[in-house]
Amino acid sequence: MSLTINDVRRISDLARIDLSDANAEKLMVELNDILSMVEQIQSIDTTGVEPMPHPFGGAQRLREDEVTEHNRREENMQNAPDVMDGLFLVPKVIE
Amino acid sequence: MTDLTHSTVAELKKLLTAKEVSAKEVAQAYLDKIEKTSSLNAFLDVRPEVTLKEAEEADKKIRSGEASPLTGIPIAHKDIFVTLKWASTAASKMLENYMSPFDATVVERLQNAGFVCLGKTNCDEFAMGSTTANSAYGKTYNPWDANAVPGGSSGGSASCVAARIAPAATATDTGGSIRQPAAFCGVTGIKPTYGRPSRWGMIAFASSLDTAGIIAQSAEDCAIVLSEMIGFDKRDSTSIELPPEDLTVGLNAGVKGLRIGVPRAWIDKAEPGLRDAIYKALSVYESLGAVLVDIKLDKANLGVPVYYIIAPAEASSNLGRFDGVRYGHRAKDYNDLLDMIKKSRDEGFGPEPKRRILIGTYVLSHGYYDAYYIKAQQVRRLIAQEFDAIFKNECDVIAAPVSTDAAFRFDAKADPLSLYLSDLYTVPGSLAGLPGLSLPCGMSEGKLPYGLQLIAPKCEEGRLLGTAHAYQQATDWHKLVPAGY
Amino acid sequence: MEWEVVIGLETHVQLSTKSKIFSGASASFGAEPNTHACPIDLALPGCLPVLNKSAVEKAIRFGLAIDAKVANRSVFDRKHYFYPDLPKAYQISQFELPVVIGGRVSFQVENPDGSTYQKTINLTRAHLEEDAGKSVHGIVHGKTGIDLNRAGTPLLEIVTEPELRSSAEAVAYAKALHELVMWIGVSDGDMQKGNFRCDANVSVRPKGQKEFGTRCEIKNLNSFKFLQAAIDYEVRRQIGLISEGGKVVQATRLYDPDNDETREMRTKEDSMDYRYFPDPDLLPLEISDEWIEEVRASMPELPEKTLARLINEYGISEADALQLISHRPLTEYFEKAAAKLKDKKIAANWVKGEVMAQLNAAELSIEESPVSAEQLGDILVRYSDGTINQKGARTVFSAIWEKKGDKVDELIETLGLKQISDTGAIEAAIDAVLAANPKMVEEFKSGKEKAFNALVGQTMRATKGKANPAQVNEILRAKLAQ
Repeated sequence: MSLTINDVRRISDLARIDLSDANAEKLMVELNDILSMVEQIQSIDTTGVEPMPHPFGGAQRLREDEVTEHNRREENMQNAPDVMDGLFLVPKVIE
Repeated sequence: MTDLTHSTVAELKKLLTAKEVSAKEVAQAYLDKIEKTSSLNAFLDVRPEVTLKEAEEADKKIRSGEASPLTGIPIAHKDIFVTLKWASTAASKMLENYMSPFDATVVERLQNAGFVCLGKTNCDEFAMGSTTANSAYGKTYNPWDANAVPGGSSGGSASCVAARIAPAATATDTGGSIRQPAAFCGVTGIKPTYGRPSRWGMIAFASSLDTAGIIAQSAEDCAIVLSEMIGFDKRDSTSIELPPEDLTVGLNAGVKGLRIGVPRAWIDKAEPGLRDAIYKALSVYESLGAVLVDIKLDKANLGVPVYYIIAPAEASSNLGRFDGVRYGHRAKDYNDLLDMIKKSRDEGFGPEPKRRILIGTYVLSHGYYDAYYIKAQQVRRLIAQEFDAIFKNECDVIAAPVSTDAAFRFDAKADPLSLYLSDLYTVPGSLAGLPGLSLPCGMSEGKLPYGLQLIAPKCEEGRLLGTAHAYQQATDWHKLVPAGY
Repeated sequence: MEWEVVIGLETHVQLSTKSKIFSGASASFGAEPNTHACPIDLALPGCLPVLNKSAVEKAIRFGLAIDAKVANRSVFDRKHYFYPDLPKAYQISQFELPVVIGGRVSFQVENPDGSTYQKTINLTRAHLEEDAGKSVHGIVHGKTGIDLNRAGTPLLEIVTEPELRSSAEAVAYAKALHELVMWIGVSDGDMQKGNFRCDANVSVRPKGQKEFGTRCEIKNLNSFKFLQAAIDYEVRRQIGLISEGGKVVQATRLYDPDNDETREMRTKEDSMDYRYFPDPDLLPLEISDEWIEEVRASMPELPEKTLARLINEYGISEADALQLISHRPLTEYFEKAAAKLKDKKIAANWVKGEVMAQLNAAELSIEESPVSAEQLGDILVRYSDGTINQKGARTVFSAIWEKKGDKVDELIETLGLKQISDTGAIEAAIDAVLAANPKMVEEFKSGKEKAFNALVGQTMRATKGKANPAQVNEILRAKLAQ
């Protein structure tokens, strides 16, 4: 499976990362090298093998329904690039 | 006065408890040396006033008798743990000057145990890499040789301990990021069982692999500090529900009758100097009463391709939050919201995070998910099963190389792929969630440290540390300090 | 050409938990921006989710209420897309393995002519997920404000099979679902606060055709009125389009109530690749059969069972019973009022009659009724045992309503409402009335039944309304027959 420049652009769009033409070429080569390497697992027989998303399995622990976090807006928003009236500001969102 | 900075954690504990030295004196000694060795670029954020204030508080407690056994001992934190009092950047421009409103659990627990923080150490950006050259704030140098990498991603922490500018330093290991830099810098590093230390407050790279650990001068020091770090945390859903454990208890268990699994195929792939050092180390173990058992690792050889599908997939997801909206880097010039996000992410992320985000996005995307991500998770299970069987039937620990040679030169491995391939010995254990440790076992001709890796079954950190400690009682490799430090 | 309309609804119901689904911040509505947004909700570096037990319990309740399968094992997945009100750039949801599978909802649908029919539709699934934050416009020109108070509040997404065949059916289902989630206590269903939102998937096909037509999804309909109007418009639009030789393009649309039309959304959500994968920060959710049974035991009686009980055990008419179960607080009021009565129909008549009439006139909800269910019960007991008559009962009711007293027996005393049941007294009163109204007696004897009622009326007036009406009737008839 070889990626084309268009594939690389499409993936960058999906990942919301700006991509210059110069970088696109370089990335395409690097990504194809990496993909060639990882593709070797295709030849392994995994019939009947359950995927392993967590090393040890187990079940999700449940939390009691209590309000444990209280208003700490200032500290939580201290790194915000643009704030007004307690709101994060971004360029206008068009629905 | 003897050079305080050449003390181990265990020694500092004695000195402070006996009130032979104050926490302030200890902190000052390290702060002075940190400043003198700033060219190492091991630290990203040092705030002497803040450290000295912590030391003063420690001294108050020592004087009033309220101190705990470890009060006043300095520690450094890898800049992947968020901290209230120092910036948390993950060595990325994306988080330049970011101040967290909370401390990571690991930081909190060590602070409660009495440790005094020296600052945040450098690492590869977002913990992605094996050289620390991927840091957006410059590379960290290997104190043994400025032309050689300190390893990564926890190169800052390893370099600190090697240069004795911190007695110990926290670190994280996702695919080898504690074990490999520890080996390259001639110090001891342990990656515990996945889920044993809490991930709360660790800037996420690959959620099913990231494990906090410690780099220090010896297995004994690791045991002392790690005991304070591990234990169930309700804020982390993947936290193992085990009570805290005093890992110093089993240190002197010795290795009589311990079956050490030896994957000769792995060891023989290493450069001759390293290969010989490893076999020599195994002889030492035999002389101490251990039994060497030949083992064959087969599925584990698929570790690298499996890792480089799963880790980037999880990373691409975890790094989506960095968009310049609520914190972090926001581009200055943009046309609209979409443009702002794309430019902020292009400007904020370095090349390695970008590569991994793109690979990760691709392997999760529609049409490729089954062939890549699901397949990788299936092979992951095969790797884990192989380890389980070996530990069940054949041996108690596995001894293996950490890498194929000592630290390579900065200009040696230029392309990403060759760096990925060098993770072959460390990623299999990571995928299976198993605890792994790296300890110094020799020196190359070029005067660069050699490291030996030990792997144990789930939750057998005690066995790992005991096995390492036995070797360190019989050898002196771990006591070597690079010239000038 | 005869057309068939095919509708499936996806409803997002906000669960009435105190804290959010994955964080301990408050899930309550209306706070100052970002004061209920903790680091987890803001997706600050280093944060991790932990699952709220109450959200799971409410999902189990819902599954049991619709007779669905509650999964012993379900998984949380990450659904990726970029939007400023989605802080992690993914929503924690459930994709392949949801917590509730299948299920059925029955409801009444009204025809244009006023007749009704019962319809039952199948549900595909219901799953747990977190809500996103809110965009606030108009704060600063050219900018949008992001408030993440709502980010992380727990949602249950409920999906039907495409079995609805008209906007009327869709609205009837939505209303029944709305009542149900409030009935079983999993949501307060407050549509003003956006706690109950519907997306409608609408398509049309020629009647008899097996394949479905291309569907469009109309998102975020938060009132029954808009739901109906949006579907009606969309159906007209699609039929019109196809009739003119055009093709329906699959798209996501928004309903514009000001212009009564649906419009295609700018963002092409259908081409979105959500890259679902199991959230590695969360382990699979395991729900034991024991827990399911525990929840089942704690469930209130479901509406269908209550309906059957009202009809079969209490002898209440179906129409009246349907009205009484239409709203759980109303049902509870009725049950409490009827508790001490042998004949529950009396309470039914009063609740759906007098009580509702007064409440509607005063624009009060049943929970705000100035006359409590217990007080009404006491009134009806005294009415049943003959202490007071209908008029007397109304008088006590009004007195309590107007806060002139709160104890029924006391009011009966002070207002002198005790019914006169003494035959002697009634006879005397009737004798006096008959003597004073000879003309009426004549009219009655010549066949005018109306005159009888007039004589009854006179008797009631003479006794100040306190005579036992049944006895008046009996005695009067007897006397007139002489």
